Amino acid sequence: MTTTVKSTYWQGVRDGAPFFLVVSPFALLFGVVATEAGLNVFEALVFSVAVIAGAAQLTALQLLQTDAPVMIALISALAVNLRMAMYSASLTPYLGAAPFWKRGLVAYFTVDQSFACSMIAFEKNPGWSLSQRLAYFFGVVTPICPFWYVFTVVGALIGEAIPPALGLDFAMPITFIAMIAPMLRSLPHLAACLVAVTLALLLVWLPLNLGLLLAGIGGMMAGAATEVWRDRHMTAPLGHTGAEL
Amino acid sequence: MIARFDLWLVIILLALGSFGLRFAFLGIIGNRKMPDWLLRHLRYTAVAVLPALVAPLVAWPAVTGGTPDPARLIATFATLAIGMLTRNVFAGIATGVAVLFTAMALLG
Repeated sequence: MTTTVKSTYWQGVRDGAPFFLVVSPFALLFGVVATEAGLNVFEALVFSVAVIAGAAQLTALQLLQTDAPVMIALISALAVNLRMAMYSASLTPYLGAAPFWKRGLVAYFTVDQSFACSMIAFEKNPGWSLSQRLAYFFGVVTPICPFWYVFTVVGALIGEAIPPALGLDFAMPITFIAMIAPMLRSLPHLAACLVAVTLALLLVWLPLNLGLLLAGIGGMMAGAATEVWRDRHMTAPLGHTGAEL
Repeated sequence: MIARFDLWLVIILLALGSFGLRFAFLGIIGNRKMPDWLLRHLRYTAVAVLPALVAPLVAWPAVTGGTPDPARLIATFATLAIGMLTRNVFAGIATGVAVLFTAMALLG
């Protein structure tokens, strides 16, 4: 590594470091919830290493626990992960020229934090070479992803040690609600959430957890429609649109 | 108890699918632009799917045999309120857990 590449790597490590505090408790929680759902430490670890996406992992686990069919668990978890495709699309102009195997590695390590840090840094430093950008990306990943695995194991060990029925059934819903709340930052987001919740409650009688899929699609359509409506009606009076409500 | 075959099937397929989503553009599609209407819908996947998943769990918790439970409902709204006010996931989780245990202790 040349000096400049090395220094961008360490800049990435520094920018990624604070997220250790976000990712570790989340991994810990997944480990605990996984063992409460009957997984052993090894299964929980493989789950985290193979999928490396907390919300999707919890979604799949929750649905499997309620005896949903494999296809439903899979489609729902992948729907939660659809944002990764958007991340992939956004990173492509910056990293698309890398060799195939490096693009594969970048793809595997594309998580919320590595994406967010990289996009900010790449836009701020248009002069960076491809190897500097790659070094930065893997720098951000260094203090995050290994701890995702480590704390999954720690959580699973804790989960095996504590007795069930400590109100832990509700750990997963509370985590999800806490994740959703900060996303409700605009009218379209609120509309998507409200329509999805209403449909999910009304359609809960449908077999195969199909209500979840329909409610998800309905919520997405409500969000998109509200966005179109907002942009059409709010532009004139407010002057500047795109502003978050 | 989750069937072992189902669990491993989901782990493997979810791993492949998630990697596929992450690799889709970077590896295969390249710089072609996605249509606006699709992006507009994709923006709301998480905020639609996650609440739809949680809503029935909150309204009819499995541990109470599907009867709405005041402690869990109170914890839900406390988590939501603090999460929206602070925009901090962990403040929301901490509040939710504290309120849940307090409410469970007080309400029996």
